[in-house]
Amino acid sequence: MSGVRVLVGTRKGAFVLTSDGKREKWNVDGPHFGGWEIYHVKGSPADPNRLYASQSNGWFGQLIQRSDDGGKTWEPVENKFVYDGVPGTHQWYDGTAHPWEFKRVWHLEPGLTDPDTVYAGVEDAALFRSTDGGKSWKELSGLRGHGSGPRWQPGAGGMCLHTILLDPADPARIFIAISAAGAFRSDDAGETWKPINRGLKSEFIPDPAAEVGHCVHRIAMHRSRPEVLFMQKHWDVMRSDDAGEHWREVSGNLPTDFGFPIDVHAHEPETIYVVPIKSDREHYPPDGKLRVYRSRTGGNEWEELAKGLPQSDCYVNVLRDAMAVDSLDSCGVYFGTSGGQVYASADAGDHWAPIVRDLPPVMSVEVQTLK
Amino acid sequence: MIRVILPGHLKTLARIDGEVELEVEGVVSQRSVLDALEARFPMLRGTIRDHVTQQRRPFLRFFACQEDLSHEPPDAALPEAVAAGTEPFLILGAIAGG
Repeated sequence: MSGVRVLVGTRKGAFVLTSDGKREKWNVDGPHFGGWEIYHVKGSPADPNRLYASQSNGWFGQLIQRSDDGGKTWEPVENKFVYDGVPGTHQWYDGTAHPWEFKRVWHLEPGLTDPDTVYAGVEDAALFRSTDGGKSWKELSGLRGHGSGPRWQPGAGGMCLHTILLDPADPARIFIAISAAGAFRSDDAGETWKPINRGLKSEFIPDPAAEVGHCVHRIAMHRSRPEVLFMQKHWDVMRSDDAGEHWREVSGNLPTDFGFPIDVHAHEPETIYVVPIKSDREHYPPDGKLRVYRSRTGGNEWEELAKGLPQSDCYVNVLRDAMAVDSLDSCGVYFGTSGGQVYASADAGDHWAPIVRDLPPVMSVEVQTLK
Repeated sequence: MIRVILPGHLKTLARIDGEVELEVEGVVSQRSVLDALEARFPMLRGTIRDHVTQQRRPFLRFFACQEDLSHEPPDAALPEAVAAGTEPFLILGAIAGG
């Protein structure tokens, strides 16, 4: 019997939502780690029972939790994230040099083939890797060591490494994205990195086409075509067909090209999803209507998906890690809101219904397809 | 025997109820008490003191005998009543609304 397990991180704990393949009736389990901010929970593609969670708060700092039974029980693992060597400085909001300081883990990306390998994207921006199931962490410092590091600067939400994409076809290739530095790629398993921001234009930086400084919100790929990347930038939806060497805008007829999440249909590599948000000043949907937009052409031509979503007086936001897809035959799409709703569509976005309506503000949504 | 009272979230993390009782060798100070606490409950490492600097995390306070000892040097001797186990060493989180 197939099913899905939706892993939800919120401002006040983690929730595990489960359903069978019909995705009509749901069991809600949680909160786990009640009262803590859960920036991200994600399962291993190599072992669906292995989950990792980033747990933090302002009082007690960062914890990493691991489950070996699909989220029924959890054990804290190592929470020591120490920058490699002399941390150095990056730009602060006022343009002064600011020492690199660890604040929290935004994103955990389990390895594609080994459940004990997991990557952590942290604030202040850096990439760490564990190869022992989270018992120890080592920084892949070639990223910060890229010559542009001292020029990176935080966005309003902090200088976070929030996106980690592992190439299914090439184990040595990793993509990451940082707000507000941009996208980077490694072709040697994280030893060295290059910025991949050619074609991005950001009017909020002195040189709109600079090598770094872009506020990339999220990147997504389809595992069958890892050289094709889709990006939701601070403004603009972008596409690259050459692993990030060049980007072109595909915002097309979107009502606004500001937003946070972007994702790809599980079976259709040219079908992508975004949630347009009115502006960077307002952070809520245009016209009080919550709508997902789908392109079946890899961008430029977008259709509104609103059936089952609130179409009046809706002023929630959808954060960058709060959208995911399952890989059942009829692709399921999921997203969570700052209002605590988690919406699901079992038909690729044509129809939506809430799984839950009143969780704490949702920070992340991931889905595991259970066969 | 040193008595330590943890904030609720750390009791949950350490899976304990009530007070913690610790044996501490030598001078009973913030550092020796926290070292003993973290040795017994390794999951608390980094939650009270920063991993690298060993500084108290900013939103936490250390109280004992009706005094705020948060700004005392980490190797200063704690009050005799704490060392004798008649008064607990309290670790508190800042109150916050919202």
